[in-house]
Formats: sequence, structure tokens, C-alpha cells
Amino acid sequence: MDNVDAEIAKAQEERRKMEEVAMLTSVTFDADLYGGGPDRFEGYERSIAVNEEEEEQDGDTRELARRMASFTGPKSLKEIPRGAEGEDESGFKKPQRIIDREDDYRRRRLQRIISPERNDPFASGEATPDPSVRTYADVMREQALQQKKEEVLKEIAKKKEEEKNKAAAEPAPAAQKRRNRWDQSQEPDGGAAKKAKPSSASSDWDAPDSTPGIGRWDATPTPGRVADSTPSLSRRNRWDETPTPGRLADSDATPAAGGVTPGATPAGMTWDATPKLSGLATPTPKRQRSRWDETPATMGSATPLPGAATPAAAFTPGVTPVGGVDLATPTPGQLNLRGAMTPEQYNLMRWERDIEERNRPLTDEELDTMFPQEGYKILDPPASYVPIRTPARKLLATPTPMGTPLYSIPEENRGQQFDVPKEAPGGLPFMKQEDYQYFGALLNEEEEEQLSPEEQKERKIMKLLLKVKNGTPPQRKTALRQLTDKAREFGAGPLFNKILPLLMQPTLEDQERHLLVKVIDRVLYKLDELVRPFVHKILVVIEPLLIDEDYYARVEGREIISNLSKAAGLATMIAAMRPDIDNIDEYVRNTTARAFSVVASALGIPALLPFLKAVCQSKKSWQARHTGIKIVQQIAILMGCAVLPHLRSLVEIIEHGLSDENQKVRTITALSLAALAEAAAPYGIESFDSVLKPLWKGIRSHRGKVLAAFLKAIGFIIPLMDAVYASYYTKEVMIILIREFQSPDEEMKKIVLKVVKQCVSTEGVEADYIRNDILPEFFRNFWVRRMALDRRNYKQLVDTTVEIANKVGVADIVGRIVEDLKDESEPYRRMVMETIEKVVANLGASDIDARLEELLIDGILYAFQEQTSDDANVMLNGFGAVVNSLGQRVKPYLPQICGTIKWRLNNKSAKVRQQAADLIARIAIVMKQCKEEQLMGHLGVVLYEYLGEEYPEVLGSILGALKAIVNVIGMTKMTPPIKDLLPRLTPILKNRHEKVQENCIDLVGRIADRGAEFVPAREWMRICFELLEMLKAHKKGIRRATVNTFGYIAKAIGPQDVLATLLNNLKVQERQNRVCTTVAIAIVAETCSPFTVLPALMNEYRVPELNVQNGVLKSLSFLFEYIGEMGKDYIYAVTPLLEDALMDRDLVHRQTAASAVKHMALGVAGLGCEDALVHLLNYVWPNIFETSPHVINAVMEAIEGMRVALGAAVILNYCLQGLFHPARKVREVYWKIYNSLYIGGQDALVAAYPTLEEEANNFFSRPELAMFV
Amino acid sequence: MDLKASDRFNINSQLEHLQAKYVGTGHADLNRFEWAVNIQRDSYASYIGHYPILAYFAVAENESIGRERYNFMQKMLMPCGLPPERDED
Repeated sequence: MDNVDAEIAKAQEERRKMEEVAMLTSVTFDADLYGGGPDRFEGYERSIAVNEEEEEQDGDTRELARRMASFTGPKSLKEIPRGAEGEDESGFKKPQRIIDREDDYRRRRLQRIISPERNDPFASGEATPDPSVRTYADVMREQALQQKKEEVLKEIAKKKEEEKNKAAAEPAPAAQKRRNRWDQSQEPDGGAAKKAKPSSASSDWDAPDSTPGIGRWDATPTPGRVADSTPSLSRRNRWDETPTPGRLADSDATPAAGGVTPGATPAGMTWDATPKLSGLATPTPKRQRSRWDETPATMGSATPLPGAATPAAAFTPGVTPVGGVDLATPTPGQLNLRGAMTPEQYNLMRWERDIEERNRPLTDEELDTMFPQEGYKILDPPASYVPIRTPARKLLATPTPMGTPLYSIPEENRGQQFDVPKEAPGGLPFMKQEDYQYFGALLNEEEEEQLSPEEQKERKIMKLLLKVKNGTPPQRKTALRQLTDKAREFGAGPLFNKILPLLMQPTLEDQERHLLVKVIDRVLYKLDELVRPFVHKILVVIEPLLIDEDYYARVEGREIISNLSKAAGLATMIAAMRPDIDNIDEYVRNTTARAFSVVASALGIPALLPFLKAVCQSKKSWQARHTGIKIVQQIAILMGCAVLPHLRSLVEIIEHGLSDENQKVRTITALSLAALAEAAAPYGIESFDSVLKPLWKGIRSHRGKVLAAFLKAIGFIIPLMDAVYASYYTKEVMIILIREFQSPDEEMKKIVLKVVKQCVSTEGVEADYIRNDILPEFFRNFWVRRMALDRRNYKQLVDTTVEIANKVGVADIVGRIVEDLKDESEPYRRMVMETIEKVVANLGASDIDARLEELLIDGILYAFQEQTSDDANVMLNGFGAVVNSLGQRVKPYLPQICGTIKWRLNNKSAKVRQQAADLIARIAIVMKQCKEEQLMGHLGVVLYEYLGEEYPEVLGSILGALKAIVNVIGMTKMTPPIKDLLPRLTPILKNRHEKVQENCIDLVGRIADRGAEFVPAREWMRICFELLEMLKAHKKGIRRATVNTFGYIAKAIGPQDVLATLLNNLKVQERQNRVCTTVAIAIVAETCSPFTVLPALMNEYRVPELNVQNGVLKSLSFLFEYIGEMGKDYIYAVTPLLEDALMDRDLVHRQTAASAVKHMALGVAGLGCEDALVHLLNYVWPNIFETSPHVINAVMEAIEGMRVALGAAVILNYCLQGLFHPARKVREVYWKIYNSLYIGGQDALVAAYPTLEEEANNFFSRPELAMFV
Repeated sequence: MDLKASDRFNINSQLEHLQAKYVGTGHADLNRFEWAVNIQRDSYASYIGHYPILAYFAVAENESIGRERYNFMQKMLMPCGLPPERDED
């Protein structure tokens, strides 16, 4: 031990001497030459402070800073972990099918029908459209018919209901049996409706302000709508009413598109068809018999398939004969192709096949290739051997008609490569089973020549689409480009007829949809106005994207619709979407409203205003008014403050909706006003003048959901008002709010809380008013255990309470809830703690008196100790926040707190130990303020003893706690002493866990920085070797800390040994390791002055090894970047080396040397090193014709650097030789250089331009420059 | 612009795109006249932009500074006369 102490003393002595020498030498410098004045590093941090604030500050300023800090954002924002580059995930997401994550509501997209194309009045001009073409009038007529039909159906259903009720009332009438069947066939529908209802009820009904949400005010089915739970199936029935004999062939030609319509047909006939069904013994409930089922060729009608229960099967083309699939005799396997399979079954089968292939027994040939020929003998299996068969696999094996009792290995082609997907003909990508129904036709190749040009075109499109959908990235890229380039050639019709059905495929995955949507986007751009007849078709497919839960899908959907509206024009968009506005299906109206808002943002709100006005005043149907007002709401949500110029007109358009006769319309109007006010905040109150009265009157007359919506609107409007008005209106609304405090409705609670928060935060509302009128009721109704159970209630309540606290102060709020820290319900305690944390962090603890302080600490200790599960660290954060804000007032409680911590550090549960250590890290600063250094020393020793911890998370926290203690009490006073602590840390550096690594390297770096002399040089070298391994860490923060630590160590023990280690490390293979090493070398050079490092570094360049030489060059590059102006002393020394590197055959040499030249030039600009720089420029310049992107980039940057150092005129002179060179390749490069020169220093060039000779009638001279006074 | 496929998406193509946004930058097909026009306009812009230079010219030409500025601005319209006839190639 004495030995070590002596060594330390020696090191300290040496250090002191060094410093003295340095002081002497500074005198000998020539101050003029070397700029000996103030230190270059003055004003810079010489070492990295571990905490945010500098601990050298005296008490007062720190106090101030701490109070100031409470005015900034929440603490959680400041504690974003350093270097969090999201390495947590592996980066690969499993391909996910869209349908799996959709709820029932979103799945309704699959019930929509891709409508046939419509007439384009712009294209046809004056001519009357052909009767076969669908015009706007046709569509509207259909819509009206549909609506009427709907009403009739409702009537019928109502009557049935009445009759049923009556029948139930009467005792067993004679006709009972007959009617019974009616009821039966109706029941599933009713059941479906009931199923739809809870799903919509669970979705969130004030969702409109969160984009993905679905406004579900309308989702509740209107009474009597039982019958139309699948209404969309029966739409467009005009197409079904005219069955032509050739229909089957038609649908064959365009299998997918046609397939949808015929499939949907039967459902449309439901009500008319029912009497016919009476003959059938067991009618299938959902899939009705149809014309198509009677065709003998199909197989669907005879035996109802199990898959028929899924909604998808009702319209997948499976029921109708489709393309190539139907040509073959239906085998059991092929039956599966017919869409009767659910997506789940598909996947199961695929997975099963895959597993079978992997687990198949090895053949003799395979074994031969695996083992050496000699030394092995093939034994016969013992007679008693019976292979083990898993029963599950037996079940899944194909049953043979004979029913073999034992499993037999199916015959298969052994030569097949199983990892490679089966090759489709003609270099086509692998087809999934689901794809056969769309791309099946591509498989029979032989008839290619006999196809008509139209069919050939179709095949071409299909091929390209398949490549886009399933192909490799290069395939996909070329296919996409071909589709784009040839879009007009293919024509809109064939393209969309192929693309859109694919998008309706039920098994579509995210990636596939993204690609297909991309195709549409590109194609749209090319097709432009040709797209008009297909607008509605496209909308049907794209609109569902607008309510997708995936953000990027929503953005994509918006982009497509926006491009579509730009291509098709406003008139076409309105014509296409108008019929959907009063569609009977709420889903259709909802998506249409969203699509309209996108149109408004694409084409401008003013363009859409007249139409919106008309729709919102529609007399005919409340649905139209509802949708119109909803469009306004969506516009507000989508466009934000961009609605401001049109705010008044938008409000005027919808204001009458507040007094509409329909309740839903009133509700949506209020919600739209809320959205508008939110978007306009904090401006635009004058636009809302006209609605203030109806709103405030409305809250007195309405109840339930309408009231909630009205309150929401008021909540958003109040913050826009002036203080006086806000105060008045708040008092008006507060009566209602307080009444609604006790509403049992969850949604109402949330809205009330939100409105209270909004009202309270406005300027005009006085603290006294809140304290006397709001607080008592508020706490009585909301601060109850039940509120802590629902996550959203919890959050809203905490937010609102914090907002109230901002007005009335800490003491009021904390005083009311502090007792609840000892409540028996843990979620409730957590809610209390979170509130206290936020309030105290916001406002400080100066209001808290002695009694409250006692209660608070007591409660916190109780809550902290009693916690059983805490993943969000609420208790820990709360504890830390309270202790830190109380500051020195915690002193009396510290022994108790430390006792708790010590006890918990010894706990069995790892989580508890970790938390205890984390708590030490948080309160260390306060302990120092309370002058409890002895206590801290004690804690340090305790933590030191726990360094053997085996859970990495806990170990990381313990290291963090040690670091916090070392930081506040300093190196000299630390117990255990640094010389004992550090050797204990060295082995921990080997730990591969990120948290351990990060905390450990931080601690070691800190010691190296502040207390290096307490540890012998030998130990530091040992640590250097460990640190090399850490350069491989994934986390950037760790690598950065490591590199900095190298710098500190080099400063402590001198650069030579560290440098030798680092230079050796340049020989390793991993690139990242080498890169970090070069950075470390540069940092060592920076901390220990370049002259200590450069000789060895330049010597290393003589090693004839690419990696080493490149490493040296890279170090030089970093070095000159770091040392900046200091480079002027070294530039002449390294010039020969750079000359050599810039002439090297290896590209990377030249690239790295060029970037070194860049940094050098930028550093010494204006310091009189032009001669060397011009010399280097001459070596850099020939590289301008390089084509490799990295090299040319480095070269161009070097030239830019030279421009800064030498001036633009010099570079211009280099340029002039090539600007008008006869070879275009040369000219291009030179103009590129000229352009960057021009952008960088245009003004400087004016004086340096060459004098051009005059031509016949042009004068190029600039006589002004020759003027002389 | 005939770029190679590898060039199409890399940083350098972006650089050229960026450059092309500035009036006054050039390209391989720029002719002598067009370049000269750019030079002249840049020069006049520079004279106008630097007040001391403008003042110096005013003294040398015995004109007011405002007149000088006006003249320079007028000259920027067609600094080198009419463009030469392009021979159709």
C-alpha cells in the first residue's frame, strides 16, 4: 500500500512540476507569432460537467437558478436519456396484415363496393352521354332509390317488430311457426347490429379532435335500422337488376372487379328473396342464395362453406367462377383457393407447410454430404423402433380417402431447394396463395400469342403489379418506373381495374398497401385529367386510409386524395362525393367528410365554401347537414391555424346547426365549433360572436351527449376571450359544470375536467373564485379512488389539478390531497404522488409550511415504502421532486430517508434495490446542501459494498448513485477513497450491459478528469485496454464517453502510452472500432497538444497497411478539425504526408486526405498559410473527376475549404480553364465547381472575372472597374 | 442531363439541384453570351450593393450617387445588348 501511496505522491509531484514548466515556457513564446495572449480555450468547458448546473456556484445563484428552472418545461422533458438513438428495437417489424389490427368499424371498408366508372362531363363536352355510361344523375337517382328502399325496409322491420311483440303478447297463435322462420333469419342480422353497437360505444366519442378517431356520434344505429347491418352490400343494385346472358363471361374477363359486384348481388335481393326461401329447410343465415349459386359450375351453393361466416366471403369472388382457377377440375386444394378460406386459415396453412419443410427427415444423400465418407457406418434401426408422431401433425396431414391409420411421409421432390421461394414462370416473383385469384392468369403462359392486344396489355399490367407487390427491391423499382412511364399508354381503365381490387384484398399487408398506394400516386400524376371517371372508385379504396390507426397510412391517404383532387378538379370531386354525403351508412359519411376536408386543403377552403354552405343547409336530409358540418370540423382539424382567414365564413355556415331539430346535428355542430376554436387559438374570438349566445343558452337546455359537446365547444372558446369576458362566461358555465361534476358518465367527466382546466387557465379567472366556488366540489367529486383506475381519467384529473394549482398555489392543493398519500389504494396513491410531483416541480415548495412539510415527507415515505408495482417510476420521481424542492428543509428527515434507502438497498427484490439506488442519485445534491457529507460518505461505502450486484439494471443504478455522490462531495473527501474505488470498477468495465457500461464509463471518466492522481498509472493503462473494447458499444453515448475518457487519461499519465495503445488498435478489423480509435487519437492530441502526438502518428503512416494509413489520415482529419487555428503550426509538418496520400492509388487515401485538407484549410483561414494551401490544392485538384460519391464529396468540400482560406478569386482561376472545355464531361464538372464557388462567394468574384473580348454587337467589357480618380 | 443510374439519387445530384435554384449559376451548355450577361448583372448588383464603391464611381463620373444607382440598374436590363442569333443545330 505504501508503495502505491508513494507512487501517487510522485505523480502529483510530477504534475505540479509540469505545470510549473508550462508556466515558464509560456513566457518564452513570441507572443506576436503564436498569439500567446489569453488562452485559446478560454470560455470553453474543459471537462464535462456531469449535472446540468455547475456545482461551483454559490448558494444564492443556485437558489435562483433552481427557482428559474421551475418555470421551464416539465422535468420529464429534461431527463431525456442521452444518446438515445432508439437501439432498443431490432429494427425488423414482422409483416403485419392490416385486417388484423382493424376494429369492426374499420373493417367496414371491405363492405364497400368499387363502383363502375362514371361519365366525365368535361371530356364529353356538349354531347349527351351515352345511355350506357353512368352519369351524375344516375348515381344520384340510385342514391335516392337506395334511401327510399332503406326507409321501406325500416318500415318493414318495424312492422315485424310490432307484430312479433304482439305475437309474443298473444298466447301461441296458429301462424306462429311460419313467422318463426322470419325471426330466425332476422336474428343473425339483429345480432350483428348488436355486435356493432358495443364496438362503436367503446370507441371514443369525442374523438374528432384526435385524427384517427372515428366520430361515433353517428355510429349508434338509429332505431329500426336493425335490418341494415350490412347495408352496403345491397347498394348499387341497378347493376344487378339487368342480368345479361353474357355476364358470366364478362366477369371472367375482369375477374377481380367483376367479381365484387356479382358476389354482392344476392345480398341485395335479401328481402325479395326471402319468400322463395320458404321451401328450403335450413337457409344459411347470411349468405343468401343467388342467381350465381344456381349455376352448376360453382360449388358454393350446395354446401355452405364454413368460411361463409366471415364478412369477406360475402363478396370475394370465390363464389363466382374466376379466371384461370376455374378452368381446372376443382380439387380439395383448389377449393381453398376460392376465397372460402379465411385469412387466418391461409396463414395457418402457409406456416404449417413451412414447418413441415424444415422438419422433414434428412435423406441418405444429405447425410452423405454432411459426414466424411470414412469412419462412419450405417446401422439398421432396432427392431423395436417406432417413430414418434405428434398427434397434432397427424391431424393436419392430408386425409386420404382410405384413411391410413399411420402417418406416412408424403412423397416429395428431394432435389428441391426449400429456402428459396418457388419460382413463377418468366422471372415473376413468388406468389402468395391469396394472390392466385388476382394473378392466376399469369401462370398459363403458353397462350400468350393468342391473346388480343387488350388482354396482352392487361397481362403486362398484372405482371408489373405483381413485381411491385411481391418482387425484390430492384424488380419493384423498375416495375414502378415502367408503370409510371407507360401510364397513359396503358390507360386509366385497365390500370385502376387491376390496382383497386388488389387494395380491397382482405389479406393485404401494410407494406403491400404502401406499395400499391405508391403506384396509384405515381400513376395519378401521369394520368392527370384521364382519371376523372375513376375518381369515386379510387376514393372508395383510399378513404379508409384516412381513418387508419397508422399515422403514415393516414398521411399517404391524404396525399393521394389531395393529388387526386388536383388532377380531377373540384367539380369532379364534388360530383363524385356528393352522393356519399347523405349515404345511409355512417361509415361512408364519416370517410367522405374526411376526404372532403383533404380536398379543401388541396384546393383551398374558399373554393369549397359555396358547396359546404349548400350542404349544411340541406332541407332534405339531416345526414347531409351532419356530414357538411363534419366536413368543417375535419377541415379545422386538418388545417389548423390555416382556417383563420375563413373562420367567420366557416362559423356562419354551421352556426344554424346549434338549433337544428336533429340531436346529432346539434352535437356535431358543437364539436365542429370546438375544433374551429382549437385550430384558431389564440385568435379569432370575434368570429365566434354569433354562436356565444346559442351555446350558453344551450347548456341550460340540453342534457347528455349534446350538453357534453356544447361544454367542449365552450371550453375551447373561453381561452380565446379577453380576460373580462372570460371571467364572466366562466362564471356562467361553471354552474353547469359543477352540476355535472357528479355525472356518472365517463365521457362527460372527461369533458368536464378538460373544460375546467381550460377555464381555470384563462387570465380573467381569479384565484379566490376558484378556491371558494370550484375547489370544494371539485375535490369531493373527482378526488376519489375510482378516478385512478382509468388511465385517461387519471391523466386528465392530474392535468386539471396541476392547472388549478398554478392559479391557487401549492399549499391549497397539496394540503387537500397530502393525507391521501396514505390511502389504502395504490393507484390512488400514485395519482396523488404524480400530482404533488408536478405541482411542486412547477411552483416550488416555499408555500408549504412546517406542518404540511411534515405530513408531506411522512406521506411520501409511506407511499414510497408501500409501493408494490411501479413501472413508470412515479413514486421515485415524486420523492426526488419533493426533496429537491424542499432543499435544506429536508435536513431533519435525511437520517430517516437514508435509513429507508439503506434498508431497501438490501431488499430481496431487484426492482426495489434499483429504485433505492436511483433515489440516492436524485437526492445527492440536496444532501450536500444540507451538509450531510458524513451521511453521504456512509452511503458511498454501502454502495461500494453492493458493487457485486448481479442484476445489471441494479448495478447500473448503483454506479449512477456512486457517480452522483462523487460529483457532489469531490474526489478528496470521497469514501471509499478513489484509490480503492477505481480498481473495483475496472472489472465492471467488462460488463456488456448498456446501462452498466454507460454509468461505469461516466464514473471512470469523471475520476480520470478530476482525480487521476489518486490512482497509479499502471491502473490507468489497464483501464485503457478495457476502454478499447468499449469503443464497440452500440450506444453512441457510451462511445463518446469512452473517447473523452481517453483524453482525460492521456492528460493524467501522459500521451505516450495511451497513444501506443490506440495506434496499435488501428490494425483491428472492425471499421467502427477503428473510427472510434481515430477520434480518440485526435482527442488525445487535442488535450495533450498536437506536438506530443503528431510524430508518432506520422511515423505510423509508414506502416504499409491500408487500414493503418487510412486510420492515420482520419486521425489527422479529426485532429485538424478539433485544433482549428492551432493547426497553423503543424501544417508544414504534415504537408509531405498529405502530398503522398493525395497521390495514392487508393481512393480512400485521397478521400480522407481531402477531408483532412478541408479541416486544415478552414482552421488556418486568414493565418498566412496560403503557400502551403495552394501547394495542397494543386494535389487536390486533379481529383475533381472522381466519380465515387464519397470521394467527390470530400474533394468538393476540400475545394470549398480552400475557397474560404485562399479566396474565391484563386479558385476561379483554377476553374476558368475548364468552363468552356470542348468535352462535355469536363465542362459539367467545372461548372459544378463554379456554381458552388458562385453560391459561396459571388460578390468576391466580381473583381476577378476575366475580361471577355467584344463581339460584333455585344459589349462584354466592364469599364466601371477601370475608373480612377 | 444524362446522369448515370448511380448518380441519380446521391448527394451530388442534390447538390446540383440546389445550385440550379440560384439565378446566375451555370451549366455545361451555357454559352459565352449568357455567362457574360450573368457577369455583368452580378457586377452591377455588387456596385449597387457596396455604397463606398457607388460613391467612388459617382465621384469619378461626376454624377450623383442616386443617378449612378439608377444608371446601373437600367444597365442590368440588357447589359450586353441583344443576344446573338442562335445557329440551329
